[in-house]
Amino acid sequence: MKRLMLLLVLLLLPLEVFAITADEVMKKSQAAFLYPGKDFKARVMMKLVSKGGQERVREMTMLRKNFGETGGDQKYFIYFFQPADVKDMTFMVYKYPKKDDDRWLFVPAISMVRRIAAQDKRSSFVGSDFTYEDVSGRDIEDDTHAISKEEKLGTKDCYVVKSTPKTADVDYSYKLSWIDKATSLPIKEEYYDKRGDLYKTFTADEIKDVKSLPTITKRTMKNLQSGHMTEVTYIKVDYNLNIEDSLFTERFLKQPPKKWID
Amino acid sequence: MQFAPCIALALLLYAATASADISLHGFLQGNYSADTSAKNPDGGDFKLAEERLQLKLDASKEPFHLFLKADAFYDHIDRKADLELREGYIDYTAPNWDMRAGRQILTWGLGDLIFINDFFPKDYESFFSGRPLEYLKLGVDGIKIGAYPGFASFELVIIPFFEPNKFPDAKRFWMFDPMASITDREKKEPAVTLKNTEIALRAYRDIAGYDAALYYYRGFFRQPSVMPDKPMMPTKLTLFYPKLTVYGASLQGKALDGVVSLEAGYYDAREDRSGTDPMMPNSQTRFLLGYQRQLWEDFTVGVQYYAEYMHDYAEYKKNLPPGFPQERRLHELVTVRLTQFLMHQTLRLSWFSFWSPSDGDYLLNPEVKYNFTDHIWAALGGMVFGNGNKWSQFGQFDKNDNVYFQLRYEF
Repeated sequence: MKRLMLLLVLLLLPLEVFAITADEVMKKSQAAFLYPGKDFKARVMMKLVSKGGQERVREMTMLRKNFGETGGDQKYFIYFFQPADVKDMTFMVYKYPKKDDDRWLFVPAISMVRRIAAQDKRSSFVGSDFTYEDVSGRDIEDDTHAISKEEKLGTKDCYVVKSTPKTADVDYSYKLSWIDKATSLPIKEEYYDKRGDLYKTFTADEIKDVKSLPTITKRTMKNLQSGHMTEVTYIKVDYNLNIEDSLFTERFLKQPPKKWID
Repeated sequence: MQFAPCIALALLLYAATASADISLHGFLQGNYSADTSAKNPDGGDFKLAEERLQLKLDASKEPFHLFLKADAFYDHIDRKADLELREGYIDYTAPNWDMRAGRQILTWGLGDLIFINDFFPKDYESFFSGRPLEYLKLGVDGIKIGAYPGFASFELVIIPFFEPNKFPDAKRFWMFDPMASITDREKKEPAVTLKNTEIALRAYRDIAGYDAALYYYRGFFRQPSVMPDKPMMPTKLTLFYPKLTVYGASLQGKALDGVVSLEAGYYDAREDRSGTDPMMPNSQTRFLLGYQRQLWEDFTVGVQYYAEYMHDYAEYKKNLPPGFPQERRLHELVTVRLTQFLMHQTLRLSWFSFWSPSDGDYLLNPEVKYNFTDHIWAALGGMVFGNGNKWSQFGQFDKNDNVYFQLRYEF
């Protein structure tokens, strides 16, 4: 009987080995979406569109550098071009997966660097429909993941992963992600509120290869309940530029080097 | 104001750097502030009624960078137009050091509207009458050198030209003046000499995830002291700025689910070390504890406790002339800042208050700001002073409550 069991296990084992788990899908997606390259630079155009059609524009240069493995620490440096009342402001984030970020803001009008409280990673990034986590990523271990199905989205074969937050202090009760099997990028995400109603959708609208790294260069986050949406376009994207560690310091927060922000 | 030479310099630099990156921005602003509790001492009803145009010119050609920020404004109360060079400097950047020469705004220390190690001039009249917060800071004419050797960063500021704080104007603000009857007054600023050149130094680095800094300043108090010509029957007052040295430190970082700030400074009143001169401030120790936390999305709370401890208090009490209000040994302040953003951060509701547990006086500053578009915003707020004594920090401004309005088109 024991032998039979062992045989059965051995027969099943290869299947288990080759089937990818939901956690692995999400880890690969995180690597492709939020950690590609050693470092990254893009000119980001963010268009906030209200239900009534009024548009506001946030234009910035975003620089990112990875420290350690995928899922590890990252530093972000953001310089604002628009709107006019925040022009020349810079914003720096040290992101740690297991604890709260460190965030600093430089206010040029009074030449002041100040640390800002950053407990809530689910709060809106510069008033847009994207949260800080949507920009810099959410810790994979904050949710439980399950592959709910596999399906084609357009021409792309996708895993559909259901992610449920482990704590209740999150604005959604679960999220469905369509992860492209070929690139591991999220093609679509649906956020469901506490009542189980769909309330936010993310779509990757344009994907381009940059230094042979597939990159989402246009994306949209729509809030179906408020009718507000945010479209983000990356204009100049580049990877592996050898951004110095020293960029992410108060010195350059106050005087951002032209070569990095242009 | 050395306005013309600066413009000339700018044009010269413009010509010399024709291939440089140049950008021009600025704003048009209307700013009005109406009295709500009493007319001004001169009978007026407004603390502020002005329109201003600010132009900001940026030109850079590595390793140089030129920045000019100038305001042209019309003041309806004094019925005059004027120009003001807010900032005008040239930067030079090398790999491990840099330099900024010219008129520049500097902000040091961790306090929110409380300044221990921020040794640079402030314009309290602007703040109390409802100009945007950036007008609280005045530029200094000097040189700042930054050095970044790796183990720490350093900023050295050399200021040859003394600039005092700007206090409210006696025509527009009711204030306590113990010698109001003596109108013959002379202002004596420190002469421009090598010996009087102010030095400010800041050294900072990260220590285990906390931002740590040390400060040193050698210069002058920016609030004037008063010297009567005759102690018993004065006929003339001289306003002067006593010598000051400050040693300070600060530490800021994440703690208790928020950001905690600690700052302290020892104010060495070099001209009155014994504390016997009642006309000059005594040496003090100043201390700040701050805590800031985001309670829910787009809502932040900041609280601060600040204390000023007077050294040689016994000497101060002994030498205080009769009839003069007696300060306390410990002067305390508690501040609260609440900020709520709404409507995709286009609407901001904010509250800032000072309240002194030791003196009982307060300043309340509620404000609503709305960005109509990416270019146009307006703010409506109030300044409410009160309580305490008629000589205390905010109590003396009791009759100066005002409602202010700011409208800006930014480009």
